[in-house]
Amino acid sequence: MRLEPIANPTLARTTLPPAIAIVATVFIASILAMVAGANPFAVLGLIIKGAAGSKFALLETLNRATPLIFTGLSVAVAFRAKLWNIGAEAQLYAGALITVVLGTGMLPWASPALLPVIALCAMLAGAVVLMAPALLKVRFGVDEVVTTLLFNFIFLLFISLLLEGPLKDPMGMGWPKSQRLIAEARLPRIIDGLRLHWGFALALIAAVAVWVIQQRTTLGYEMRAVGLNKEAADFAGIPVNRVLIKTALLSGGLAALAGFSEVAGLKGNLTLDLSPGFGYTGIIVAMLALLNPLAVIASALFIAGIFVGADSMSRAIGVPTYLADIMLATALLLMVLAILLTRFRLVRE
Amino acid sequence: MGNSGEAQVVLRLNAITKTFGALTANDAVSLSLHKGEVIALLGENGAGKTTLMNILFGQYTADSGTVEVFGRELPPGNPRAALDAGVGMVHQHFTLADNMTVLENVILGTQSLWKPGLNRAVARDKINELAADFRLSVDPDARVGALTVGERQRVEILKALYRDARILILDEPTAVLTPQETDDLFETLRKAVALGLSVVFISHKLHEVMAISDRVLILRHGKMVAERNILDVDKHSLAALMVGAEVSAPKVEPGTPGSPLLSLRNVTTPDQGNAPGLKSLSLTLRAGTITGLAGVSGNGQAALADLIGGLTRPANGTLELDSADVGHWSPREAVHSGIARIPEDRHKTGTIADFNLTENAILETYHQPPMSRRGWMNWGEAQRATQHIIDTYDVRCPGPGTRIRLLSGGNMQKLILGRVLEAEPRIVLANQPVRGLDIGAVNYVHSELLSARKRGAAVLLISEDLDEIMALSDVIYVISEGRLSPGFARDSMTPAELGVWMAGHGFEAEQAHAS
Repeated sequence: MRLEPIANPTLARTTLPPAIAIVATVFIASILAMVAGANPFAVLGLIIKGAAGSKFALLETLNRATPLIFTGLSVAVAFRAKLWNIGAEAQLYAGALITVVLGTGMLPWASPALLPVIALCAMLAGAVVLMAPALLKVRFGVDEVVTTLLFNFIFLLFISLLLEGPLKDPMGMGWPKSQRLIAEARLPRIIDGLRLHWGFALALIAAVAVWVIQQRTTLGYEMRAVGLNKEAADFAGIPVNRVLIKTALLSGGLAALAGFSEVAGLKGNLTLDLSPGFGYTGIIVAMLALLNPLAVIASALFIAGIFVGADSMSRAIGVPTYLADIMLATALLLMVLAILLTRFRLVRE
Repeated sequence: MGNSGEAQVVLRLNAITKTFGALTANDAVSLSLHKGEVIALLGENGAGKTTLMNILFGQYTADSGTVEVFGRELPPGNPRAALDAGVGMVHQHFTLADNMTVLENVILGTQSLWKPGLNRAVARDKINELAADFRLSVDPDARVGALTVGERQRVEILKALYRDARILILDEPTAVLTPQETDDLFETLRKAVALGLSVVFISHKLHEVMAISDRVLILRHGKMVAERNILDVDKHSLAALMVGAEVSAPKVEPGTPGSPLLSLRNVTTPDQGNAPGLKSLSLTLRAGTITGLAGVSGNGQAALADLIGGLTRPANGTLELDSADVGHWSPREAVHSGIARIPEDRHKTGTIADFNLTENAILETYHQPPMSRRGWMNWGEAQRATQHIIDTYDVRCPGPGTRIRLLSGGNMQKLILGRVLEAEPRIVLANQPVRGLDIGAVNYVHSELLSARKRGAAVLLISEDLDEIMALSDVIYVISEGRLSPGFARDSMTPAELGVWMAGHGFEAEQAHAS
C-alpha cells in the first residue's frame, strides 16, 4: 500500500473526507457516552442544546470562541509559513500580563485611546515572546517546536512568580491574582445587557485582516512562498529569514490578543487559570480550519460549542466533561487523516 | 541480427502494462533479448523506459503481463528472484556505500549471515579475475568515497557480475561519464557480450545507441512503437521515431563577441560537502556570446551558478559587472542587474509546485510595481503578465490559475524562460536548461538562448551534455574540481580532447605554464 498524489481532486474528494471525519467523531463520542451509561442521543442533544439551545448558551459559546479565534489565527499564520509556533499559550499570557500592568492604573487615562494602546502593547509583548525562538531558528537553526513549547512552562512559572509577588492583589485574600482593571481599561459589551464583549468583534476583524494580508499583500505572498518551498523562495530573492521574523511578529501578536481580550473583556484580572490551554487548542482550531483564517472562525465556534455544550450536558446527566476533550482529540486525528485523503489516494501495490 | 533466430532467448517481456493513476507508463510492452546481444531501449524522458526496467527487476509489480528469464517466469515484485535468475541492474544513481571499500561493496549482501568472518581472499581473487576479463580496472581496496564517478560505475558493474549476472541492465549509464569513460564502458560491454552475456542499454543519446547496440527498441508514451536493426537506421530516423515527428534543431550562426559584461577574477569559494567550490577561477562573459561550460556533474558548476546567481559570495577574488564590484549581492540584486537565472532543478528551486502559474511567474518581480505597490499585490496585473508569458512562450496549460505541479517539465521550463527573459536580461545563466526535457522542448529552449545571444546578451550555458555545449557555444570552458580550463573557440576541439580536460587532465600543465 502506498499513497499517490491526486492531480485534480474532484469536489467530492475535497469535501467528503472532512464530512466523514465529523460524522465519525460524533459516532465515537456516542459509543463513549454509552460506555458512561447514558443514551448517546440524549448526550448529543444536550451538548447541542448546551452550546446553542438558548440565547445564554449561544453567547457563552461565542465568548468561549473568542480566545480560540485569536490563538487559532496565530497558529494558522505561523504554520502557513512553516514556522511551528507551539507557544501561543506563553504569548497569550504575555498579552494578558501587559494588559494587567497597563490597565490597573499605570495609564490612568479616561480616554478612548487607552484600550487601543493597551491592545497594541499586548500584541507587542506577544511578538517579543516569539522573537527569541524565531531568531534562534533563523540564526542558528534551533528547532522552534522545542523552544516555543518549553517556553510555555517557563513563562507560566514567571506569571506565577509575579502573581505571588509584585502583581499580587493586596486585597485578594492571599489568592495569587492581580488587581482588577480600571473601568476605562475594560472592553465594553457589544449590546447592553448581553454578555458578549467587543473582544469577539475584534477577533472577527482580526480573521478578516489576516485573510486580507495573506491574499492581497506582498507579505502574505512571501509567507505562503516560504511555507511551500523555502529553497525556491530563497532562489527567487525572497528574504526568507526576514519573512519568518515578520511572521513570528504577527503570530505572537495575534496570540497575545487572546490574553488581552480574556482579561479586558471577560475576567478583569489575571490569574493562573486564565487560559485552560487556549494556546494549545489553537493548534486544533487552525488544523481543522486547514490554516484558512476565515475558516478559523467556524472551527473555533465548533470547538467552543463542544466545550460549552459538554459542560452543560455534564451538569444535566453526569457524563464526565472529558468527553469534550476526547471528541476534540478524535476530531483532530480524523481530520488530519481526512486532509491526507483529500490530496492522496491509497493504492495497493 | 541475422542470427537472432537461432540464438537463445534469455529474457522475454510479455505484454507488460503498468499504470500510475491516470498515467499509463507501460502499455502492453513486449520485448525479447537474445544471448550475446545488446539492445537499446530508446525513448524520451517519461516514455516509460525506467518503469519497464523496474518491473523487470521486481521493484514494481506490473498490472498485467509476465517476465521470463531463461525461459522461466519470474514471480512479480521480487528483486531477489531477478538477481538469482541472473539479472543485474546498474542504476542511474549508484547504490554504493561510500565509507566501504570496493571489495566490501561488491560482496555486500552475498555472504551468509551465519558464517563468521568474510572470505576476503577468495572474493578478491574473483573480483580481480572479473576485472581482467571485462576490462574493469579498479582497486579492490580503494574506498568508494574516493573514486571518480566512472570508477564507481565500474564497481556497480562488478557487483552485478560478482553475483553471476548473465543479463546486464544499464539505466542511462553515460549521463555522468566523460567521452573517454563512455568509450571504456562500451569496451567493457563488448567484452561482456563476447563472453555470452546480454545487455539492455537504456538511453536517449542517439549516437551512443548507434555505437553500442545491435537492435534498438523505441518507446513512446509507454508504447513500443518501433523495433529496428541498428544497421537499418541512422540518427535522424531514430530521432524521428523517438519523437513521432520530424525534428530540426535550431540553426546556429556564428556570433560576434561583444564587450565584457561580467568578470570573475581569481574567485575561490568554499567546498560544499562533497561538491568542490571554485579554485581561483577567472572567467569573462561577453555580450553576444554563448559561453559553454562543460564538465562532469559535481565539479563546481553549482558553486559557479550560485555565485553568479547571487546566492553565495566569493571567499576570495572579485566578481565584477560592468567593471563594478558586485561580490556581495543577493539574488534580488542579481535579477535587478539584468541576470536571467534558469536554475538547475526546476522542480525544487525554479518553481513552487503548489503555487499557480501566476504566483510562480512573479516570484522575482512581485515586490515592485506594477506587480505590487506599497506592499499591496496587484493580482490583475500579475495575471495579465502571466497570460502574456503563456501566449508568447507557448506554455501549454489550462490557464494562469493552474497549479504548476500539473504542468510537464517542458511547459514548466517555458514559464521559467518567460519569467526571466521577458525583462530582456543582459546576462543569461542557464544551468542544465534542457535536462529531462523532450526534444521539442529542448529545441525551443535552445532557440530562446540563441535569440538572447542575437539580442546581445551574454549567455553562460552550463551542461553535462557535451553535444549540447558543442552545438551552441561560441567559446567552451571545461570545469573540473572547481578549476577552469582555458577557453576554446568553437570547433577547435573534438569531444575526445574536451573529454581529457573533463577527466581533470591538463590543469596542472596549465598552471605551470601560467606561473
